[in-house]
Amino acid sequence: MNTSTAGAAAVITGMGVIAPTGVGTEEHWQAVLAGKTGIGRITRFDPSGYPVRLAGEVAGFTAKGQVPARLVPQTDRWTHLALAAADAAVADSAVDLASLPEYEMAVVTASSSGGTEFGQHEMERLYQNGPSWVGAYQSIAWFYAATTGQVSIRHGMRGPCGVVCTEQAGGLDAVGQARRLLRGQSRLVVTGGTDSSLCPYGLVAQLANGHLSSAEDADRAYLPFDVEAAGYVPGEGGAILVAERPGPDTQGRAYGRVLGYAAGFDQSARTGRRPVLAGTIRRALDDARCVPDDIDVVFADAAADPHLDRVEAEALAEVFGTHAVPVTAPKTLTGRLYGGGAALDVATALLALRDGVVPHTVGPTRLRSDCPLDLVRDAPRERPLRTALVVARGYGGFTSAMVLGRGDRPAGDI
Amino acid sequence: MKRRAVVTGIGAVAPGGVGREAFWDLLSAGRTATRRISMFDASAFRSQIAAEVDFDPRAAGLSAREVRRMDRGAQFAVVSTREALADSGVDLAGFDPGRVGVSIGSAVGCTMGLEQEYEVLSNGGREWLVDHSHGVPHLYGYMVPSTLAAEVAYEVAAEGTVALISTGCTSGLDAVGHGMQLIEEGSADVVLAGATDAPLSPITSACFDAITATSPNNDDAAHASRPFDARRDGFVLGEGCAVLVLEDEEAARRRGARIYARLSGFGARSNAFHMTGLKPDGREMAEAIRVALDGAELNASDVDYINAHGSGTKQNDRHETAAFKRALKQRAYEVPVSSIKSMVGHSLGAIGAIEVAACALALDRQVVPPTANLHHPDPECDLDYVPLVAREHRLDAVLSVGSGFGGFQSAMVLTRP
Repeated sequence: MNTSTAGAAAVITGMGVIAPTGVGTEEHWQAVLAGKTGIGRITRFDPSGYPVRLAGEVAGFTAKGQVPARLVPQTDRWTHLALAAADAAVADSAVDLASLPEYEMAVVTASSSGGTEFGQHEMERLYQNGPSWVGAYQSIAWFYAATTGQVSIRHGMRGPCGVVCTEQAGGLDAVGQARRLLRGQSRLVVTGGTDSSLCPYGLVAQLANGHLSSAEDADRAYLPFDVEAAGYVPGEGGAILVAERPGPDTQGRAYGRVLGYAAGFDQSARTGRRPVLAGTIRRALDDARCVPDDIDVVFADAAADPHLDRVEAEALAEVFGTHAVPVTAPKTLTGRLYGGGAALDVATALLALRDGVVPHTVGPTRLRSDCPLDLVRDAPRERPLRTALVVARGYGGFTSAMVLGRGDRPAGDI
Repeated sequence: MKRRAVVTGIGAVAPGGVGREAFWDLLSAGRTATRRISMFDASAFRSQIAAEVDFDPRAAGLSAREVRRMDRGAQFAVVSTREALADSGVDLAGFDPGRVGVSIGSAVGCTMGLEQEYEVLSNGGREWLVDHSHGVPHLYGYMVPSTLAAEVAYEVAAEGTVALISTGCTSGLDAVGHGMQLIEEGSADVVLAGATDAPLSPITSACFDAITATSPNNDDAAHASRPFDARRDGFVLGEGCAVLVLEDEEAARRRGARIYARLSGFGARSNAFHMTGLKPDGREMAEAIRVALDGAELNASDVDYINAHGSGTKQNDRHETAAFKRALKQRAYEVPVSSIKSMVGHSLGAIGAIEVAACALALDRQVVPPTANLHHPDPECDLDYVPLVAREHRLDAVLSVGSGFGGFQSAMVLTRP
């Protein structure tokens, strides 16, 4: 196994979490360890009349005071969340941005659906009042690059910025792209992602994918690998990460290392070919120079769709053996966060590595017989952890896997 | 030896005609495809002109089912993919599907589909119909722009890295650059790389009206896109798509493929200055050009042609003219520079890939496309912008640049194989 920091092209030195489980990394982590759900009845608009009334909302966040006042009306909530999370991540990394060359710092974020709520309001103005009512900021708030652009401007990062849209695999693909840049000329990349589409149009559009849970009980609404699995709960938020090229300057600051990454595209439903997930995981392990036994915990995609759950469980069994590795899905506490989801999983996995504890999965009680997993339930499991595998899948076939290694940042108090 | 990406197939759906040859005919003839908007009633808008594609999806080979499922931008992408594959002659059956990748750019995703469904769901804006069954089942596919890359992946049964790259108006250049990277780093052996945008709908027109970025020259639509001309008054919206087949050069040579161009260098920088504003010094674009030339192991003096961003806003035209001078020094005054947006308009995220396709064709045909409508040069833009008429020219290395909202600046160097 590759255990030297020098071999890793990317270390994560800072994180900013804004999620239904908490505004702030430690608040999120404590909620995860306590199994405290962030899912509840939608409050941002009246959800009665919709078949889905639950969501993971970021309750404790208002843009005012956390986002520069000038930018609040210029950007969508998805970008507000990212701007605040990026500020937190940069501060957390304790990096001196002024000491880094401007062209060697970049921003690469994931976005699943852009500024949905902002776009809905502007379309309302257009159709209710006419073209001249559409505001000047629609052109910079709705499009998928809004967050990367704003973060780049705010922190003076003039390197090769990017935006990856691969639905819920986006968080991993953004970090994967950040690692590519760090292997090249970049020294620091702000990455990760957020999303927020909890507005009427956003919910209606999400309903159309047929994967949302219509359960009414927040504790029983998102049950991956369970016999009652019946879809997922949508959520908002995510995590922004600071990735750096490892070196003397990053010593003592790294939550962890990006050891391996691979991306594939699954079309088994269309082509009759085998699902690509097992192969993608193997490629990520190869990239990390790991064997399956080196992996200490898996953060699952956990779609809570009977077919997709089985595909994931089979892939994990194929690579690791049945019940051979602890598997967890703390995302049952937040719902699925789209572009922010896998980024938050990376953050949670890094905290698990730092503190030597596998957070448990709240919700599933009776696992399906075709999901032979060691799903960590009931309580966190303390054990020394060296590595974590994070799996993410996006609507349509996007499939990504990332291997993370423990860093050298001192453990928190838990 | 370093792996290199080469272009072995080109597919295009561009204003002026569907298909690669129709596109090149338009460019080499210096004809313009900008006109009064016919796709919706634009009479209430400040800018009522666009470069539209006369596109019949059924005639272009899509099934009725595909047409129902796909947003117009996805339709463009699939049709372009088919043309590019046929052109390249590559037999994907001979490849491990896990080694076939897709990298598609788009600035605004399935915006037409999203707007049309909004109109249905809101009863034309009058009332919100909360019964979600009013929406089409494909609405989620419109909400997530990743659908555009997924549709291309379905078309070619790719199981490798598939991504939708969305960096505003540099999306197309960045998506081709990403595809090039996948080949060079060895993640893929074949990549379908390109970009698509079909933004011609009321919300797009309204948002550019609001910042007076688009040309209000409604009475002379055919001559409204006037990059580098003193009388320019904004860009003209367009739509379209180009998809390229990228292969590892050695493998492409082994199979005897026709090679249009090698993708030799790519650079991207951001100005971290303003979401829409540009500093007049062109500093970050010049830096992107320097990085692209470094990657290509070429000097400024090797550049034979610059395919400019040339959107036709005063701010852009001066910004990039400064960037060319800063990056290429004296060479900037010696090489032809042109903007095909004068003919096909500005299709936002798609145009970067369409321009790379134009560069590959220019290398192949040894012809520089012109800048149409350039009759009264802006005295502050003092380079050779190839006014009106295409020019036969020896081309070994060409540079294509893009600049977009968010402050993104990208540059690519293509060379003759």
